[in-house]
Amino acid sequence: MTRIAPIEQRVAAIQGALDAHGLDTSKAVEELTHLAEEQWVPRNGARVVAKAWADPAFRKRLLANGRDAVAELGLAMPKHHRHLVVLENTPTLQNVICCTLCSCTAFTIIGLPPDWYKDLEYRSRVVRQSRTVLKEMGTELPPEVEIRVWDTTTDTRYMVLPVQPPETIGWPEEKLAEVVTRDGMIGVARL
Amino acid sequence: MDGIHDLGGKQGFGPVRYTLNAGAFHAEWEKRVNSLYAFAVRSGVFNMDEYRHAIERMEPRHYLTASYYERSLTSLATLCVEKGIVTHEELERRAGGVFPLAAESAPGRTNVATRQAFKVGNAVRVRSEHVPGHVRMPGYIRGKSGIVVGVTPAYPFPDAHAHSIEAADEPTYDVRFRSEDLWPDSAEPALVHVGVFESYLERAV
Repeated sequence: MTRIAPIEQRVAAIQGALDAHGLDTSKAVEELTHLAEEQWVPRNGARVVAKAWADPAFRKRLLANGRDAVAELGLAMPKHHRHLVVLENTPTLQNVICCTLCSCTAFTIIGLPPDWYKDLEYRSRVVRQSRTVLKEMGTELPPEVEIRVWDTTTDTRYMVLPVQPPETIGWPEEKLAEVVTRDGMIGVARL
Repeated sequence: MDGIHDLGGKQGFGPVRYTLNAGAFHAEWEKRVNSLYAFAVRSGVFNMDEYRHAIERMEPRHYLTASYYERSLTSLATLCVEKGIVTHEELERRAGGVFPLAAESAPGRTNVATRQAFKVGNAVRVRSEHVPGHVRMPGYIRGKSGIVVGVTPAYPFPDAHAHSIEAADEPTYDVRFRSEDLWPDSAEPALVHVGVFESYLERAV
């Protein structure tokens, strides 16, 4: 036997082994897939950002203790995401998050990481060529904008609080949340 | 572990393959793998540090050519074999072909005895240590100096936690480095922040 088994067969093999060991996978897979597709979505983070824009007291609490503040909106984080640091952009400051060692994100808040975030190119280059990488991704920053990169290497998770577009000032929170994108909360786009 | 996974600052990679509204999954089996490994963690079969390290232990050529979720699958299967849930032979029988697993682990380590607490504003240096097991110190900060900008609650120490070794939980420090200090004359100017465990740090003089 020298041929590498097709990926679907390898997945079925490990699932079968777990089942045979008495760990019933079928219900868990259904439940966790539902969470990944329906619950861990960028809309959660968009609600957080919209509230921070509209409510200065919440913004202050969010910047002081992200995990407690998002819990106010009913948003939970996994056990191994012990701390949420919210990084505030300004007109002259752009924060960008990454995980050079793997793929860590605050996925219950800003959604599971997109393919490019987990790719070798972004992981290797964003810490060393941040301005060029952002430009390649469609965000060309003027030279006066300072870039701060945050490499996720511990149980701390990060999210970016984008600058509120001036034309949206005074909008209700539900409408504000519609302009917040996942890539804005990762920090590779400006709104 | 100075493995191929430690990608920060590596040169030669091409443009980021960026698309607007890119997805997290591109096939049904990817969702299944993601759920299965999360289920195994929830069931106490292994922890997140063991999971990460088993990905890092993949043969470098396999690591680089495997898709993200194939790496998840390989880690899950490796740990299930190492934990005695299934044998490698049984997995290959069930899969009907070769099922490549990650290589054996080097030993882990416990907390560094001389570690000390720091505060925001302290100048720190990352110890110039080479750890053969799991470690959350990207190679690009080894021996480099920066400033503490954040302090966290204590987290499980990954160098021990990935290897079933006893250790005290440790605070971590968000340390600010200048990219020009990390890669002199060879980086675009930026401030680069890394969450660094207490054991990895010493006071900069």
